[in-house]
Amino acid sequence: MSTATREGTIKGRLGDSPPRPDGLAKTQGAFAFAGDLSADGFLWGATLRSPHAHARIRGIDLSAAWKIDGVAAVITAGDVPGKPTYGLISKDQPVFAADVVRYVGEPVAAVAADHPETCRRALAAIVVDYEMLPPLFDPERAIDGSHPPIHPDGNVIRRQRIITGDQSLQGEVIVEGTYELGMQDQAFLGLEAALALPDPGGAGVELFVATQWLHEDRGQIAACLGLAPEEVRLTLGGVGGAFGAREDISLQVHTCLLALRTGRPVRLAYSREESFLGHVHRHPATIWMRHHATAQGSIQRIEARLVLDGGAYASTSSAVLINAVTHVQGPYKCANATVDGYAVRTNNLPCGAMRGFGVVQACFAHEGQMDKLAAACGLDPVEIRLLNAMETGDSLITGQVIENVAPVAECITRVAALPLPDAPVGGRDGDPLDLPGGAGLTADPAHIRRGIGWGVAIKNLMYSEAFDDYATARCTLSNGVASLKFATVEVGQGFVVLAQQIARSVLGVDDVVLEPIDTTIGSAGSTSASRQTWMSGGAVDGACRLVRERLFELVGAQYDIEPVQLAIDGRDVIDTMGTLRVSVSAATAGIELVETFEHHHRPTEELDENGHGNCHTAFAFVAHRAVVDVDPELGLVKVVQVATAQDVGVALNPLSVLGQIEGGIAQGLGLAVMEEIIFTDGRVRNASFTDYLLPTMLDMPTVVAALIEHPDPMAPLGAKGVGEPPTISSTPAIVAAIRDAIGRDLSRVPVRPADICLP
Amino acid sequence: MADNEMYALHVNGTRHEVADAWIGESLLYVLRERLGLLGSKGACEQGECGSCSVLVDDELVCSCLVLAASAVGQAIVTIEGIAPHGAPSDVQRAFVECGAVQCGFCTPGLIMATHALLERTPQPTGSEIREELSGNICRCTGYGRIIEAVQRVAVWRSIEP
Ligand code: FES
Ligand code: FES
Repeated sequence: MSTATREGTIKGRLGDSPPRPDGLAKTQGAFAFAGDLSADGFLWGATLRSPHAHARIRGIDLSAAWKIDGVAAVITAGDVPGKPTYGLISKDQPVFAADVVRYVGEPVAAVAADHPETCRRALAAIVVDYEMLPPLFDPERAIDGSHPPIHPDGNVIRRQRIITGDQSLQGEVIVEGTYELGMQDQAFLGLEAALALPDPGGAGVELFVATQWLHEDRGQIAACLGLAPEEVRLTLGGVGGAFGAREDISLQVHTCLLALRTGRPVRLAYSREESFLGHVHRHPATIWMRHHATAQGSIQRIEARLVLDGGAYASTSSAVLINAVTHVQGPYKCANATVDGYAVRTNNLPCGAMRGFGVVQACFAHEGQMDKLAAACGLDPVEIRLLNAMETGDSLITGQVIENVAPVAECITRVAALPLPDAPVGGRDGDPLDLPGGAGLTADPAHIRRGIGWGVAIKNLMYSEAFDDYATARCTLSNGVASLKFATVEVGQGFVVLAQQIARSVLGVDDVVLEPIDTTIGSAGSTSASRQTWMSGGAVDGACRLVRERLFELVGAQYDIEPVQLAIDGRDVIDTMGTLRVSVSAATAGIELVETFEHHHRPTEELDENGHGNCHTAFAFVAHRAVVDVDPELGLVKVVQVATAQDVGVALNPLSVLGQIEGGIAQGLGLAVMEEIIFTDGRVRNASFTDYLLPTMLDMPTVVAALIEHPDPMAPLGAKGVGEPPTISSTPAIVAAIRDAIGRDLSRVPVRPADICLP
Repeated sequence: MADNEMYALHVNGTRHEVADAWIGESLLYVLRERLGLLGSKGACEQGECGSCSVLVDDELVCSCLVLAASAVGQAIVTIEGIAPHGAPSDVQRAFVECGAVQCGFCTPGLIMATHALLERTPQPTGSEIREELSGNICRCTGYGRIIEAVQRVAVWRSIEP
């Protein structure tokens, strides 16, 4: 290792936007995603799924499948050696349905064979004898008890009320509305995939998998396999996006079971259709709200009833519900509240985490209400929001005081100051692609109407309700090179580059090696809830600081200087009160300084039965303004521009922040005008990219973004998580813009052409 | 598997024998699973996402929609053949520099599509970029940085053709 001093300053420190360490390999097709992994003599795995929403299994005949040439294993519920069920919060979901299937797509059996086509034939040869049971699709029937329990745990997963202040207050101005959201799919591009390698004799198993949380997976898998957690070793397979859909177990246990059963490596990968059935989705919701305000527009009281359809199994429904009810006031002051929320069980697809996690649903409702309130009070959308904007020190309806930086008004005024699109309807050069309907040439520019709408949001960061979602990192410094070890899952967000930036800034090194992301170190918690910059960033920062202390002790002892006098300057350790300057490389030549750090956020509390308690860790804020052009005759929408200002604390990597903002807005746009999983009797009718529409380059508007940077004293690096806020209020902003364009009340997303053009 | 075939494919300038393959296999499957060229990705296997884009006789196609056995005798270029490993193309460099890569699953397909676009239209307008690349879905980036990367390459090439 050369210790020669490099020229210039260190590139790629905090605040810079250095290239991602995995970037070039990804452009060359050389980055290994989970679905690219293979092993000598491997078998393919595949899953048999229920065709019925609710049925009793009377019997399963596997004999024909076993007879097919090339089939190595056929397994069902009886082959699960450990706990028969799993789940993130309550373990209510069977590895394989044993007696009852509760949704179309529920796993019933799995096979391993020599070729994917052999697997398909084997699945087709399995005969399951089903007896139909009455399905439950209507969440209200789950609440009112008129449908018998479809699961031993009952049909209501959780109910949570928030009762705060004056329960009978009536405002001078009252507005109300009912808002509905369809089921959105995360639609990450890299399909679910895993490779399991059995230990000789079945003593353990190694799993390479695309997931969001290695240690949580390991715990659930080990329990189902009847193994100790240390007998199950997980390594992250390259992850092609996640957005919440990989927080739950999907194919993990099945892949391990097949590998242990056959004694051979097994690869299991979902098709796109199977992926729609095989992971949890965003909860469809119906939210009724009534706002009470003074004649001038100050909110005095909110009433709300929220119903979230959790589908057949609990997943994270109870936590999603808590987020929805505790964010339903929006980023606005409000002293009195009467809120009632339900997450229920039905025979629809299970729902759980998706970017925004319950707050997307709440925000669509409260922002619709704000526009109604503005209209009723004779204010414009900006005035009503500024009038009610929350500040640091305000209390939520749960009683929790907002201690974070809370620049709600600043987000709004910054967006208001961003330029509106300078081109008229249809663009300046009459390109049909700039009109609703695009290349279909359906639009008559003379009939197109432009609208502008607003959305503002508050989002909690990290996990809530007394959960200690800590993160662990280890730093090794030797010969002027830092190595970092953590189990933090990289899903595309760019933690890998951020970790390097932190180490360079703290330690004055150029080279930062990243060790494999696996379970040989403590948990990092999940890559979700906008938490990894704060949590794993805090852990990497802590580990690097500990190493730096050791370095200062070492140099101090060598030169007889008090370690507190030492500092890092460029690539050197310097004496701030003297003349010593020694390079970090020289100071660490031939030695190794190693430190591990666990970052814990401050403790939180559970909500009591009246919905009171300091249940959240921290908050971030964001504002969006959307401009749309609408063809009112055909019901087509072109989103022209989305302007946003986001409370980021500090932009540690401005390019990554912009990437999260633009990507999040794309998903918010998808929910606003295109994306919905459509069901008939519990059966998904559009489980493909042909029928489930995702925003393309032609659908994405220009994004104009301003970053609001006030370092948050509570955050380890001053930075707030940035992943979720862009997705949350972009949806209501776009819908408000459509309402503005056509002068019609729209209360459901996605907004469909018929909602716009039919009476 | 029954119905096996033996044929040869020309990929990235090299002839590859494909033995014992089932005739129903797509070009994407054969590239990935039989020839070990894992850079082409499958995200829909329906021609909707562009992750599997390759060039067949200079034409950009979705390899998931092409039967491998039907590409016999044609020149196939995959992401592995677009530039030598140690010398990334201008498009690859621009994607990294501009922040156009997040999870990276869409990236090989977009690199192929961008090369094809800039071959045909060296100085595309914003509208041309959006239209030409609209067959490639990216779920992570919202496309802004990708468009920026394409424009950056066009500028580089105009300065140093
Ligand atoms: S995998 Fe071929 S287009 Fe999607
Ligand atoms: S970077 Fe993830 S799909 Fe494009």
